[in-house]
Amino acid sequence: MSLWEYANPTRFMATTRRIVPVVAVLSALCLAVGLVWGFFFTPDDYRQGSTVKIIYIHVPSAMMAINAWAMMLVASLIWLVRRHHVSALAARAAAPVGAVMTLIALITGAIWGQPMWGTWWAWDPRLTSFLILFLFYLGYVALWSAIEDPDIAADLTSVLCIVGSVFAMLSRYAVNFWNQGLHQGASLSMDREEHVADVFYYPLLLAIAGFVLLFVTLVLVRTRTEIRARRLHALQMRARMA
Amino acid sequence: MKGLKKKRRIQIIVLAFVALAGSTALIGYAMRDGINFFRAPAQVMADPPSSGEVFRIGGLVAEGSLVRGQGEQITFSVTDGAATVPVTYTGVLPDLFAEGQGMVGTGRYVNGVFEASEILAKHDENYMPKEVIDALKAQGVYEAPNAEVPPS
Repeated sequence: MSLWEYANPTRFMATTRRIVPVVAVLSALCLAVGLVWGFFFTPDDYRQGSTVKIIYIHVPSAMMAINAWAMMLVASLIWLVRRHHVSALAARAAAPVGAVMTLIALITGAIWGQPMWGTWWAWDPRLTSFLILFLFYLGYVALWSAIEDPDIAADLTSVLCIVGSVFAMLSRYAVNFWNQGLHQGASLSMDREEHVADVFYYPLLLAIAGFVLLFVTLVLVRTRTEIRARRLHALQMRARMA
Repeated sequence: MKGLKKKRRIQIIVLAFVALAGSTALIGYAMRDGINFFRAPAQVMADPPSSGEVFRIGGLVAEGSLVRGQGEQITFSVTDGAATVPVTYTGVLPDLFAEGQGMVGTGRYVNGVFEASEILAKHDENYMPKEVIDALKAQGVYEAPNAEVPPS
């Protein structure tokens, strides 16, 4: 059995029908426990006071904003190479979710920045590329709606996704290229150097897991909707022909 | 894309990625000076800007240099280890502003003094509960986490 069998819409629908409730419940659990733990049962930071608590929203949403674009890039490439319609529809379904994640990260970042940095917004490389990523999300959603033919729309939005991935990469790694920015470096890194004390770290991990599962849930539900909408459209066309 | 064979589609995608990576690298290279959010004190000392130019300076607030004057007047020195520039500022400082910590200021360099019109505090990537720091300080074993020193 190959992975590509799930590119069959019928197969995809049958499998996701069983998966969606599971990930939805898991996501709600992780978010509820992680956020309540983070907001009410963690101590204040030694320099930021209670403002530190915004990381339980800001960090996961910013991560998902970039990961969502990466997922859309992979889905777009699968569409371009193998022409699986489910893949193109999954990319389309993920875009508004990613856009909202980006917006949440921008707003919470501004709320944190005002008391901590002393400004709502600065034209720092990382902040700027993140704002451009948000505009790319809006453009991507608009381009899907602007083109009538679904295959051409999928092709062109895939190209837009490839170009936009530059800014998704930049918003994650800009701090490494130009370390003269205002935004701090990555607190969570693979080398596991201790930047975040454990009391903040564990609820943060739960919140991140919750956001990832929330994203998976929303994308699956929205992809199922897209597939049904396309079926409906096909049936209407057939009825009109008859 | 529709009429093309799969192999040719892959070739086009690979080519597009190479072109995209190349153009990004070229733009990044061309803007390597302009994209810096701020200048380090050593850069300002080496090449002092004219008194009319508004720019940003960034570094650590030198230990023991922070003096609060009349009203909201504040003077301190910003350092990157290699050079130190005195700064004057009138206004309210952000919460995170402290000696030994990072800051970014906007303003002009006049007669060897940086006259700031805006001061931003830079936050490092360390998160520690207040109680832990207090306990460490009480035991006398607290070491301030290395606030990043901007490269000159």
